[in-house]
Amino acid sequence: MYQYDQYDQAMVDARVAEFRDQCRRRLEGHLTEDQFKPLRLMNGLYLQLHAYMLRVAVPYGTLNSRQMHMLADIADKYDRGYGHFTTRQNIQYNWIKLEDAADILADLSKVEMHAIQTSGNCIRNISSDHFSGAAADEVIDPRPYAELMRQWSSFHPEFSYLPRKFKFCVIASEKDRAAMRLHDIGIRILKNEKGEVGARFHVGGGMGRTPMISPVIRDFVPVDQLITYAEACLRVYNRYGRRDNKYKARIKILVHELGKEEYTRQVEEEFQHLLDQGVEPPYAELERIKAYFADPAFEEGLSDDLDLSDPDFALWVKTNTNPHKQAGYVSAVISLKPVGGIPGDATAEQMHLIADLAKDYSFDELRVMHTQNIGLPHVKKADLYAIWQKLDAAGLGTANLDQIGDMIACPGLDYCSLANARSIPVAQKISQRFDKNGKSAALGELKLKISGCINACGHHHAGHIGILGVDRKGKENYQLSFGGSEGEDTSLAKITGPGFDEDGVVDAVDKATDVYLRERQDGERFLDTYRRIGMAPFKEALYD
Amino acid sequence: MTETAPENHVQFRFRDDAQVSDPAVTVDAFLGQTNAAAVRIEPGDDARQLLPHLDRIALVEVNFPAFTDGRGYSAARLLREEGYQGELRAVGDVLIDQLSHMKRCGFDAFAPDAPLNEEDAQAAFNRWPEVYQSAADDRQPIWALRHKG
Ligand code: HEM
Ligand code: SF4
Repeated sequence: MYQYDQYDQAMVDARVAEFRDQCRRRLEGHLTEDQFKPLRLMNGLYLQLHAYMLRVAVPYGTLNSRQMHMLADIADKYDRGYGHFTTRQNIQYNWIKLEDAADILADLSKVEMHAIQTSGNCIRNISSDHFSGAAADEVIDPRPYAELMRQWSSFHPEFSYLPRKFKFCVIASEKDRAAMRLHDIGIRILKNEKGEVGARFHVGGGMGRTPMISPVIRDFVPVDQLITYAEACLRVYNRYGRRDNKYKARIKILVHELGKEEYTRQVEEEFQHLLDQGVEPPYAELERIKAYFADPAFEEGLSDDLDLSDPDFALWVKTNTNPHKQAGYVSAVISLKPVGGIPGDATAEQMHLIADLAKDYSFDELRVMHTQNIGLPHVKKADLYAIWQKLDAAGLGTANLDQIGDMIACPGLDYCSLANARSIPVAQKISQRFDKNGKSAALGELKLKISGCINACGHHHAGHIGILGVDRKGKENYQLSFGGSEGEDTSLAKITGPGFDEDGVVDAVDKATDVYLRERQDGERFLDTYRRIGMAPFKEALYD
Repeated sequence: MTETAPENHVQFRFRDDAQVSDPAVTVDAFLGQTNAAAVRIEPGDDARQLLPHLDRIALVEVNFPAFTDGRGYSAARLLREEGYQGELRAVGDVLIDQLSHMKRCGFDAFAPDAPLNEEDAQAAFNRWPEVYQSAADDRQPIWALRHKG
């Protein structure tokens, strides 16, 4: 994986010094809170209901054991012994003190980590496929392109005060494991007929209160023009993106209001102009970065056979692994969704254990997944049993990947100052209900996603089943929706009808799954059945 | 238009030529007359309208009514990319923590509404040991340093 050279380290160190200085000026009264807020946000620091929250960047979700150990140490030293892994492949700490923030950033910088641009109206941490560099189906490892863009977008002088936050996602297989088309810019690295590598640009996706799936604006940008094209996309947005209304400020609204054709025309014009400006790093720079992402030293000729005589282990292997490009290897997923737990939370102890497993069994690599789980990307099949036993003993062996128990939930009203309703208790109740009724395995792939307000941090628009917390006359209420997908068949969920209270929504999910089990045809997932039969049969079951 | 707009106080200037003291006119006024040498861009103005006239402009003021509105960065950088050599002055809600980005986008004069602490401002101008991108200043990006020679 990527390693800082003296330049990268100097930039992160300069940022820590800058933030320390900003905190000092804030405390001495030279900066007002209004002036300070955008600065602390660009260092990942939010003010929440009970305390400050710090969001640490995990660029394209990749980290090593040393970094994971540091994340655990920070949880112990500055927080309450745990952290929350998020849909944006980052980690958040919920109980931070402002006066500790600069020290935490300094600790992070010792392991080549930071919280740069994890919030604020700037280019955010770049997300990617959590199985990059491992998946059997990828065209090429997308992370070198994401790293090139990370450097380009860090402290960008022109794009640090955009109309609104800006999220890139870079993937490189047809299968979309990263909700690519629900980002402001989604890039798919691919090869053209001549075998040349390039980037397909999707611009103007997003969730929030006005969810949109991004259209393609350019099928193929040659890889040696990637940064220039991105720069053109951003400049047109910075020029025209709305600043009068924060709810209309995302690029999705601009692309929608200008129309895809006009937006594209302006980008192409700006792109032509920028081609002469020398903004593109040389190809050698991409090559330099690529070298860091070379395959680890896989053993050749390993067998794909596995002893599956232990049924619990067999179940875990079946649900929690993904095919690897190298024979004899898999990617294994550590579920952070134990029955009744808080989705995405991990204790410091668990983080230490996960780090050790990465060191011992996965070439020292880990992945933070947008599903709020942790991946071990390169595991020898022969080691799976040992890994599983250790995970199981630590309460990390839940076999529920992509099932109803593997739901996504945002922090909601338990932490978040913008929330209308709690997300975590609903997640816990659904998880317990389906554990008790034993339906999870029969339901198979069923992606349930919960947000505590319209901002959609929990991806509810993209859930096969989505739950949105709203405030109804001072009471927490939950809207239910069906039919969303964050995969390559991206779609937005539709609301079923009137909302439910907390227990009511758990019952409603239960009933909806009965409709599916009754109606499904061979091999259909919940999503497929819903798409085939439509809302009516579900409505009947829910509102009678 | 009132004729008593307060004289901008230029606190930092990175040019050797004499400071332009012509009052800056709006983009509309500028396009409607032929003799103005100083023009002021508001966030909603399209800087590209000035491109045909760059050779007769000695001062472009870019106004930042609120520091969070970043349109002026694009306007400035574009003018430099198109060859504008005159003074490019950031005015308005110009604060310490935006100075280095502004300078990178081609600003070479700064007239903040409220005077800035000199020491903090100098620290801000010198904040970044290196830079990741090529922009409108003459700094070599890190990728160029990595691959030179
Ligand atoms: C707890 C503090 C948080 C606050 C204050 C917050 C705030 C927001 C806001 C205001 C939006 C809407 C932006 C818009 O529509 O323009 C948003 C969207 C989003 N947030 Fe959060 N968020 C928080 C936590 C999280 C967490 C924990 C995650 C990951 C689990 C997350 C991931 C996202 C995602 C994926 C979106 C949708 C992005 C899009 O609209 O394209 N956020 N957040
Ligand atoms: S969806 Fe709403 S409640 Fe949940 S984290 Fe985002 S802003 Fe907070």
